[in-house]
Amino acid sequence: MPEALAERAYEPVIGLEIHVQLKTRTKMFCGCKLSFGEEPNTRTCPVCLGHPGTLPVTNAEAVHFALMIGLALECEIAPRSIFHRKNYFYPDLPKGYQVSQYDVPLASRGRLGDVRIHRVHLEEDAAKLVHAGASGRIHSAESSVVDFNRGGTPLVEIVTEPDVRSASQAKEWLELLRSTLRRLEVSDVRMEEGSLRCDANVSIRPAGEATLGTKTELKNMNSFRFLERGVNAEIARQEETLRAGGAISQETLHYDPASGALSPLRSKEEAHDYRYLPEPDLVPLAPTEEMLERARAALPELPAQRAERLERDLGLPPDNAQRLAFRTDLGDFFEATLQAAGDGADARTISNWLTGDLVSLVGDSDPAASKLEPSALARLVGMVAQGAVAPSAAKEVLAILVADGGDPARVVEAKGLGRAGADELTRVVERAMADQADAVEKIRAGNRKAEGAIVGAVMRETKGRADGAEVIRLLRERIGE
Amino acid sequence: MSQDLLGLSAAQAAERIRGGDLASHELFDAYRERAAGEELGAFLWVADQAPEATPDGPLAGVPLAVKDLFCVEGVPSAAASRILEGYRPPYTATAVERLRDAGAAVLGKTNMDEFAMGSSNENSGFGPVLNPWDRTRVPGGSSGGSAAAVAAGLAPWAIGTDTGGSIRQPAALCGIVGMKPTYGAVSRYGMIAFASSLDQAGPLTRDVTDCALLLRHMVGRDPCDSTSTGVPEEVALPSSERLEGLRFGIPPELTGEGIEPGVREVFDATVWRIEELGGTVEEVALPHAGHGISAYYVIAPAEASANLARYDGVRFGQRVGDGDLLSLYEQTREEGFGTEVKRRIMLGTYALSSGYYEAYYGRAQRVRTKIADDFRAAFERVDLIVTPTSPTVAFGLGERTDDPLAMYLSDALTVPMPLAGLPAISIPAGMSEELPVGFQIAGPAFSENQILDAAYAIERAVGFDGGPPRA
Repeated sequence: MPEALAERAYEPVIGLEIHVQLKTRTKMFCGCKLSFGEEPNTRTCPVCLGHPGTLPVTNAEAVHFALMIGLALECEIAPRSIFHRKNYFYPDLPKGYQVSQYDVPLASRGRLGDVRIHRVHLEEDAAKLVHAGASGRIHSAESSVVDFNRGGTPLVEIVTEPDVRSASQAKEWLELLRSTLRRLEVSDVRMEEGSLRCDANVSIRPAGEATLGTKTELKNMNSFRFLERGVNAEIARQEETLRAGGAISQETLHYDPASGALSPLRSKEEAHDYRYLPEPDLVPLAPTEEMLERARAALPELPAQRAERLERDLGLPPDNAQRLAFRTDLGDFFEATLQAAGDGADARTISNWLTGDLVSLVGDSDPAASKLEPSALARLVGMVAQGAVAPSAAKEVLAILVADGGDPARVVEAKGLGRAGADELTRVVERAMADQADAVEKIRAGNRKAEGAIVGAVMRETKGRADGAEVIRLLRERIGE
Repeated sequence: MSQDLLGLSAAQAAERIRGGDLASHELFDAYRERAAGEELGAFLWVADQAPEATPDGPLAGVPLAVKDLFCVEGVPSAAASRILEGYRPPYTATAVERLRDAGAAVLGKTNMDEFAMGSSNENSGFGPVLNPWDRTRVPGGSSGGSAAAVAAGLAPWAIGTDTGGSIRQPAALCGIVGMKPTYGAVSRYGMIAFASSLDQAGPLTRDVTDCALLLRHMVGRDPCDSTSTGVPEEVALPSSERLEGLRFGIPPELTGEGIEPGVREVFDATVWRIEELGGTVEEVALPHAGHGISAYYVIAPAEASANLARYDGVRFGQRVGDGDLLSLYEQTREEGFGTEVKRRIMLGTYALSSGYYEAYYGRAQRVRTKIADDFRAAFERVDLIVTPTSPTVAFGLGERTDDPLAMYLSDALTVPMPLAGLPAISIPAGMSEELPVGFQIAGPAFSENQILDAAYAIERAVGFDGGPPRA
């Protein structure tokens, strides 16, 4: 038996729960402006502090953003959804309950890429607790302080079906979701700042079986890397447990990015009966046809659609198509370059330049914010294609264009980066052969690897303006092959 | 001089001030003095002085007593709970703001059952209120302080809130007029919540005209309260003296069992007056109204259990504890809340608990729907429904404190209307055992004007005179 267990292959089953802070002008249920690192407790009012007698009023912009998200995720929008009170005591929850949605969410049954969406709903964020003391947890803290600036920030919760089968798929899918939300311009979607948060429900089952195993919930994975690591660690832990004949218990685990360890949250913090109650202070959320139309009209082309289009219509490699589509700024720069290049442009080569050299120059910032003009890039790519400039020299030109702008042909001329002419090249090759007689000897003896020394010397001398194939042709001609 | 002033109704006083025959601060000071020196326990806080200038507006600086659960900026507003002792809100309730805009001057905050939970005012965290007609008896509740203050001439008029009868029942027990408007007519913003789907603010006044005048300036849609609707037409001052063409329904479910003979007599006599005035009277069934109390005591505590979760000692009000989070919660709430409040939090928490929700909250909501359906069907046949307001006259202090169920039954006749969101008024209609008896008139949603008109005609026919002996 143990042997059979030990050999068994397991399949992970993963569902994700994502919280997205909306970047509305004001909070979910009051008129306070959203906070971006202001002094603690300066973005508060009687409503978001839960003062006696105050009442919530639903933020129309938050509803609009949530409808956009629901539509972008191809969900069905509920004609009438309601808010509930989710009751529990905690100092970050001023009313003693969180206003959220429960049995009738705003949107449900959607899809993004290869993952189905279970539901999308609106709720309010909790305040921020800071615990003094080593553990950073409330029960062992010497003291705790509350900053209510964040309390009441609009949140959209997105819950997927358990369609994810690996940690890397979870990470890739979350990147697609982030890119989609960013494209919608409804959130800053920064995991490290908490405007995008992801919990994962993880279970494993023997490969090929249909019934689900017992799941655990993983929290606090506040980067894509930690998500992947955390899920992998949990899959490994569950496998190990099952192989040893043990059983998985349903629990919530806290991921510690420093140690990579998963530790159970104290049951006291976890064992809640939320006593959901329909929120009597709010009227049902019933989007009018006009609201839906406005949300539909606000939807741009989404990353998944764009990737598909780039791949289908332009024949880009899937990887390039995705990288361009998932970064709106890159995709836009790509399309502008392609347009500037005119008919017959080589989309694939341009996409390589964008996703390769340009990204390594501009990093995460928008290339349109650099000095490089899409038309200049288009001309540079054209010059390489025509052999007017060597690829390695073109990289240097690109760096200059990004930093200073200008026309690639002028840069090539001014910096002398054009292809070395036949006379010049012959001269440089002959000099290199004279300088490295031993290498020439080896070549004569049939050692082709030794050619690299001559080519290298020529490239150094011409600062990369030489065509490598031409150098080798000249070299072999002289050796007498 | 002072006695003359106190004899004026609020509407009369406003007219005298606007006509230049009376200085608003003179009126205010006369009431201020009485309110500050009163011995009924009706006030928890009294203003130091009259507003400096006569406020503009139709209410012309006539002083107003405000139930303690209305937040008034900078003024103690504790809903008569120890847990909010010393709390001075940073903002003012919309209803109070509107009345101030119309010229009302806040005279003081009136005592009440803690968080509006009670029918006798004995659940106040700051002591009971005595009924001015007989100081060994309760004034009713939860707006007992407001009712007693108006009845005793400590204030010309007052505002209160009604969740299951908290305006109408004390108005009946104190011999004054009290009205619960249609749910949504008056903003709840700034009313310390008891049961959000039921709470509604309304006037407690000496007569029906004052009631209409005060209500006129309370109603209105409020962007701060999503559930507020305002009223479709302005509240009019009533003038009709006859009831021709009006059909009155008497529901046997709310006029039979449990009603004291003396109360019954006054009710029958009033019905007879209605016919005399030209109204027609018929029986009309409210088959589920009898289940009102059961449904109410699930729904209201359920909402209250959530509404009162914010009193945790973290941000405002009383804080007790020794530094540990759990002890902060437990000790603050243990010491801050009274017995009845704790009982209802427990009831509500239980009713919402996983596994019990359907059996209690879900079922109570279905009963509520049925009661609303009953009223809808009844109002196809009649224009207004009449019942006694309270099954009994004012009972003795301490008489029902050990028997919560008997106390809860005090609201049996007033609970069905808020469950259906409907407006209803109580007017004094006679005496029994030397104590006033209230007569309740309920109507369809937003029928306030019709109710006030009928109440006005009946008030004049009944000729209920004056009030208790003034101290």
